[in-house]
Amino acid sequence: MTETVEQHPLSKYLRAAMMPHIWCAGCGNGIILNAFVHALDELQINLDKLVVVSGIGCIGRAAGYINVDSFHTTHGRPIAFATGVKLANSELEVVVISGDGDLFAIGGNHFIHAARRNIGIKVICANNFNYGMTGGQVGPTTPLDAFTTTTPYGNIEHPFNLVHLAAAAGATYVARWTTLHVRMLTMSIKKLLQRKGFSFIEVISPCPEIYGRHNKMRTGLEMMEWFKKASVISNFSDPAKAEITPERIVIGEFVDIQKPTYEELLHNKMAQIMKGEGE
Amino acid sequence: MAGEKTVLTGVHFMSGDIACAEGAIAAGCRFFAGYPITPATEIAEHIAVRMPKVGGIYIQMEDEIASIAAVIGASYAGLKAMTATSGPGFSLMQENIGLAAMTEAPCVIVDVMRGGPSTGQPTLPGQQDVMQAKWGSHGDYEIIALAPSSVQEMFDLTINAFNLAEAYRVPTLVMADEVVAHMWERVTIPSAEEIKIVNRKKPSTPSDKYMPFMPDDLVPPMACFGEGFRFHATGLTHDEYGYPRTQSSETQMKLVQRLCDKIRKNADKIIRVEEQMLDDAEIVVFAYGIVARAALSSVRKARQQGIKAGLLRPITLWPFPEKHVAKAAEKAKAIIVPEMNCGQMVREVERAAKGTPVFHMPKLGEEPHTPMEILEFIRRYGR
Repeated sequence: MTETVEQHPLSKYLRAAMMPHIWCAGCGNGIILNAFVHALDELQINLDKLVVVSGIGCIGRAAGYINVDSFHTTHGRPIAFATGVKLANSELEVVVISGDGDLFAIGGNHFIHAARRNIGIKVICANNFNYGMTGGQVGPTTPLDAFTTTTPYGNIEHPFNLVHLAAAAGATYVARWTTLHVRMLTMSIKKLLQRKGFSFIEVISPCPEIYGRHNKMRTGLEMMEWFKKASVISNFSDPAKAEITPERIVIGEFVDIQKPTYEELLHNKMAQIMKGEGE
Repeated sequence: MAGEKTVLTGVHFMSGDIACAEGAIAAGCRFFAGYPITPATEIAEHIAVRMPKVGGIYIQMEDEIASIAAVIGASYAGLKAMTATSGPGFSLMQENIGLAAMTEAPCVIVDVMRGGPSTGQPTLPGQQDVMQAKWGSHGDYEIIALAPSSVQEMFDLTINAFNLAEAYRVPTLVMADEVVAHMWERVTIPSAEEIKIVNRKKPSTPSDKYMPFMPDDLVPPMACFGEGFRFHATGLTHDEYGYPRTQSSETQMKLVQRLCDKIRKNADKIIRVEEQMLDDAEIVVFAYGIVARAALSSVRKARQQGIKAGLLRPITLWPFPEKHVAKAAEKAKAIIVPEMNCGQMVREVERAAKGTPVFHMPKLGEEPHTPMEILEFIRRYGR
């Protein structure tokens, strides 16, 4: 027996009116979006209480594609915006989906402070090693020696190790996957959504059209082959040593701890103050 | 809330910064995000004490960019929200003031003006940000800006600012100056029932029919996050659904024109001025903020000396009260504009005065103009 379905079982999670999406062939953003909505579906998340916030960049359009309350902020500011949302209504699940340039160059300060405060927002970063939307400039995650449109002679800046940065800043859940590791990524997003504190997943994502073509990986397949060849799962290893080189991409979960969230401390403090204590 | 009052009804002796904070709480503000900066810090300090007692949120962010971003987020999550800063912080906020204008996020920004540019004179008063208030973010948009000239008005106009922000879904600015903010004066706080509170229009359509940017009388009703409407908002040019239409000239024209029109077409309802002895005034002093206090004193002294002087004090700086200026200019021989800057609102006055001579009195780097200084100017042109 065959059954005809009118629409894809996950289409309720997406805004059909926003399609087609803007992403290039071979881009990893669709895989990240796919993993995210699968995680929502598997957890049966209450979509009325989920807010997706993004910044500016290719992956920033994801907020508009997901059929929940969503806000596409200014460049670099989704975490600061999300902090206001989460504190104003702590019952909301607030997820930031944005890129490496948005979150770690122009928005780097907001990332480390939200992690330090342990605001209960969840951050998914698509790391494609460059500024895709503006045509492939060097960014804070571009590997040494890589070619971009603004490093035509090779990059001389040391890149951030995002999982090390997140762990050092105080994030309570930290993981890195590539878009090749779809099932692990989906599993990890489910954990991210179930954790209370500031949680972070870096997803290494192919950008063949804008980044790969300058670096001997002209197609999405070639970039995925790099991820396949180089990835090493090393759960709960030292994130300081979680390198990304042509030979080795260290992936896995690095941090999964509990500590009081900002909202918990705030509401406890407010309850004391309202009872007249703590003065 | 253990009996903690949100409205401190009664007569108080307080500073402008504290009055501003109390005005915000009385207006229903329950979210404040800020960053320390002289001379606005006392607003944050007082909010930090009071907000948790009334069930509201205070957070000190990592910078002013984060502060305004959090304020916009809190506004979309349903709370009345504000931040307070001074020139350097106000500069950092400009991009996201544009985001608030574009996404029609009701919010209040207090700028306690000090001497600029750059770090300038942190502890001295200025009025150098009044054009930045109007034009600070890129692109075409409108905001509302109010200029308190007393501690009482720091309370009253902060409430007013929240009401305007909610009514028009627009960032509303309280452009105070260091003197008004740090001065201590008598403040009368009315009972809660006597304070007019305006809340944003809520959608009456079911969630599946809701169009977040479909205007009703120029202002779209506003759903908030978590209410089941599942809507999208973006700083990109967007249609009535909130969806990006970055290549559509029609959408851009319609949206941006409406963002301007909702303020311009309601300007008569929004604008408030104080007019003193203007009916037969030959010499009109146009002054705002703390400078208007000295100006009123000088106008009274001029009248005692037989000079027909009058005061036009804009309480609303933006939209600019050009009809009031034009009317006063009809009978006037001269308009004098004392300002703590090198010449900002004076240009608007010149534009509206349509030929009546306008004289600027700049003052920088010290206390505001004295009544005698302004009187001297009035006598010069009033003979």
